[in-house]
Amino acid sequence: MATFKEFRNNVKPNWCPGCGDFSVQAAIQRAAANIGLEPEQLAVISGIGCSGRISGYINAYGLHGIHGRALPIAQGVKLANRELTVIASGGDGDGFAIGMGHTVHAIRRNLDITYIVMDNQIYGLTKGQTSPRSAEGFKTKSTPEGSIESTLSPLEIALSAGATFVAQSFSSDLKQLTGLIEAGLQHKGFSLINVFSPCVTFNKVNTYDWFKENIVNLDQFPDYDPSNRVAAMNKIMETNGMLTGLIYQDKGRKSYEDLAVGFKPEALAKQDLRLSREEFDKLLAEFK
Amino acid sequence: MISQLSWKIGGQQGEGVESTDRIFSTALNRLGYYLYGYRHFSSRIKGGHTNNKIRISTKPIRAISDDLDILVAFDQESIDLNAKELRPGGVIVADAKFSPTVPDGVGARLFAVPITAIAEELGTSLMKNMVASGASWALLGLPLEVFNKAVEEEFGRKGPAVVEKNVEAVKRGADFVLEQAGGPLEEFRLEEADGKQKLFMIGNEALGLGSIAAGCRLMSAYPITPASEIMEYLIKKLPKFGGTVVQTEDEIAAVTMAIGANYAGVRTMTASAGPGLSLMMEAIGLSGMTETPLVIIDTQRGGPSTGLPTKQEQSDINALIYGTHGEIPKVVLAPSTIEECFYDMIEAFNVAETYQVPVIVATDLQLSLGKQSCEPLDFEKIVIERGKLMTGELPPLEEHKLFKRYEFTEDGISPRVLPGAKNGIHHVTGVEHDQEGRPSESAVNRKLMMEKRLRKLDSLRISNAVKADAPNENPDLVIVAMGSTGGTIDEARKRLAAEGVTTNHVTVRQLHPFPTELLEPHLKSAKKVVVLENNATGQLANLIKQNAGYHDKIENLLKYDGTPFLPSEIHQACKELR
Ligand SMILES: Cc1ncc(C[n+]2csc(CCOP(=O)(O)OP(=O)(O)O)c2C)c(N)n1
Ligand code: SF4
Ligand SMILES: [Mg+2]
Repeated sequence: MATFKEFRNNVKPNWCPGCGDFSVQAAIQRAAANIGLEPEQLAVISGIGCSGRISGYINAYGLHGIHGRALPIAQGVKLANRELTVIASGGDGDGFAIGMGHTVHAIRRNLDITYIVMDNQIYGLTKGQTSPRSAEGFKTKSTPEGSIESTLSPLEIALSAGATFVAQSFSSDLKQLTGLIEAGLQHKGFSLINVFSPCVTFNKVNTYDWFKENIVNLDQFPDYDPSNRVAAMNKIMETNGMLTGLIYQDKGRKSYEDLAVGFKPEALAKQDLRLSREEFDKLLAEFK
Repeated sequence: MISQLSWKIGGQQGEGVESTDRIFSTALNRLGYYLYGYRHFSSRIKGGHTNNKIRISTKPIRAISDDLDILVAFDQESIDLNAKELRPGGVIVADAKFSPTVPDGVGARLFAVPITAIAEELGTSLMKNMVASGASWALLGLPLEVFNKAVEEEFGRKGPAVVEKNVEAVKRGADFVLEQAGGPLEEFRLEEADGKQKLFMIGNEALGLGSIAAGCRLMSAYPITPASEIMEYLIKKLPKFGGTVVQTEDEIAAVTMAIGANYAGVRTMTASAGPGLSLMMEAIGLSGMTETPLVIIDTQRGGPSTGLPTKQEQSDINALIYGTHGEIPKVVLAPSTIEECFYDMIEAFNVAETYQVPVIVATDLQLSLGKQSCEPLDFEKIVIERGKLMTGELPPLEEHKLFKRYEFTEDGISPRVLPGAKNGIHHVTGVEHDQEGRPSESAVNRKLMMEKRLRKLDSLRISNAVKADAPNENPDLVIVAMGSTGGTIDEARKRLAAEGVTTNHVTVRQLHPFPTELLEPHLKSAKKVVVLENNATGQLANLIKQNAGYHDKIENLLKYDGTPFLPSEIHQACKELR
């Protein structure tokens, strides 16, 4: 069985020292090992951004695609080979701005993949512009007078889009994050894990200390029931979206792969491509 | 006795024009006639004039006709809009309900049949289509049993009572018109056909069928005219082979999902028209850069923007060839017949996997939607080639080494492994990368990688990249075209030949990389070259000039009003251009 070290490669990340994304990378590596995966059984599909580089830093199959499109690519991978464990990941701009349409529809579609967003409330790679996750009034290079648009709440959106697994974590809390990724990977359906992952270079407001002060860990509420959607929505609103932990899970809903009529339970990629003559003749007969 | 005839049905959209046409042509197909259909429709669902025209022949045909023999009209508008197409002595079968009149100057015979009244008497005005088709079938003197068989097939699932009602409607329509006409019209009596049922389908179905034969098991797509029938056909069929069709949120998702699925080893395609292709451009670059196979169908329609969404055009050529930023190897194919729609999909998937490139198959609206007879499709010709795909066990990798997915090779094509394979781990990125797929900004590597990718297509020629019917050594005209126009060109050529004008006909089936050396001999042999296309700027002609030259010989023959060329238009224009 592979250890987390086997999910490491020798590529040195080009992230700034102290960037939250390092811990997300470590958590994915640990979670993959903890659930007993071999490196070749994992595919990490990422978007474009500082965070998007993550697929190149994990020893597994990885595809670093185009900005905002990690999710549809990852869904294609899963449809082609459902024996693979598929992670999609990227930044808050990638998933909640340019790729927001895909995020909502991937949630609705509920393929069995895990989506990990490194949410730093800013555009890191392009050097500090506002993101849909930036707070109102947040000053960036593109909002010198402060952002005048409202902050998007991905957790509320996910719930209302019919998400079957919604979690949030903080990159400093490696233990919680690893556990949530494991749970997400094991969930039979689409899992959204939003991770507060501070950008130490361009975001001087939402810092590690700021998060430590503002985060509400769901462990504080022993009676919290993550299978209750209404309670989940209330809790998100009560905490202004700053809660961490497993917020909602619906174990009852079947994944897209299981619902699609006729869809093979084995990996499609391993099927023989050729038609038999009988199959071919049958197809032709309908056109006579 | 005649060997061919044109029939048209017109009415308001949603009024049964489609179903009348379907049953009428199914019955003709039963008798073994060759058929070629043309749909005139607008992008409204209900309302708005629509008409379907079928050409019926005892010999293969691939073009609509200039004129019309029989017009079936559900309203006066259908007569007013289409009667001028009727040849002298033509016939109109119209619903008596609206007291039809023949416009001045049209020498056609009118049969006013109480189409709606009969249908309502039998229970529902929905059966108008049966009454109307029965009446026009009877005028042709064709056997009613065959028609009833087609009716039975259409309504069989709904039970014998429904079948019986519809058969009765057909009979009432037939009886009424025969009494009015005093029997079948002798001048419209078709020679007997060979009795062999042909395959009868639209191009989009042939593309779907070809994809299944090619081993395509997934499709991701967003609906658009005139491409939607491809996904609608495949969602009925792919589940039978373990696959599926995903209707995505947009074309960007459609194409990137297809890239993901191809990367993971399943032949997957998407299909769209101009607006969707425009949205896919960035992702096509990703496929080119990461050397991930990809197959896209572009069913061209009237552009730009939303343009003429339900009309004929061939104006995406430039976008398909030059679209996406940067420089990638890419293949653009253009089937020109219904059979080629089938075989070219097999070729497209083989080329995509063998060369690890995006392949775009460009049709046009008339090819995609015109329902027509198709020659038998040959099972033996279905060959699947997956190129350098490694399926066996792989040797262990050295520590911290990745599989050389982008290994420099002589032909530029590198071995490919699929996710899941042990010892095959490598990285894939749209960022410039080294042989293992890791991001690299090295100038030396960059140059080598660009050259590696671009040289993959150096030698690529699909089968019949240039198709020629070239009986003349030094013809007066060489007509060069692509897509659905070929059949019409050949009809015009017959008329030109009768007048002593010699012509050759060349079809470009591979638009990119451009098969210059295959086209050149034809250009050389011609006194004049006419490049015929459905667009306003002569995109194909420009492509030829850019690649092969011959500026002084090339003349444009363009049509961009949304309708396909008619044989008479080509005939006339060629006479003038000569
Ligand atoms: C189509 C397109 N538009 C713009 C860009 C430029 N771009 C790259 S990453 C990025 C945003 C990065 O922000 P985020 O997704 O939050 O990732 P982070 O760098 O913060 O991890 C932008 C705008 C691009 N690569 N592609
Ligand atoms: S710019 Fe910000 S997000 Fe990007 S690597 Fe540096 S710290 Fe991380
Ligand atoms: Mg960000």
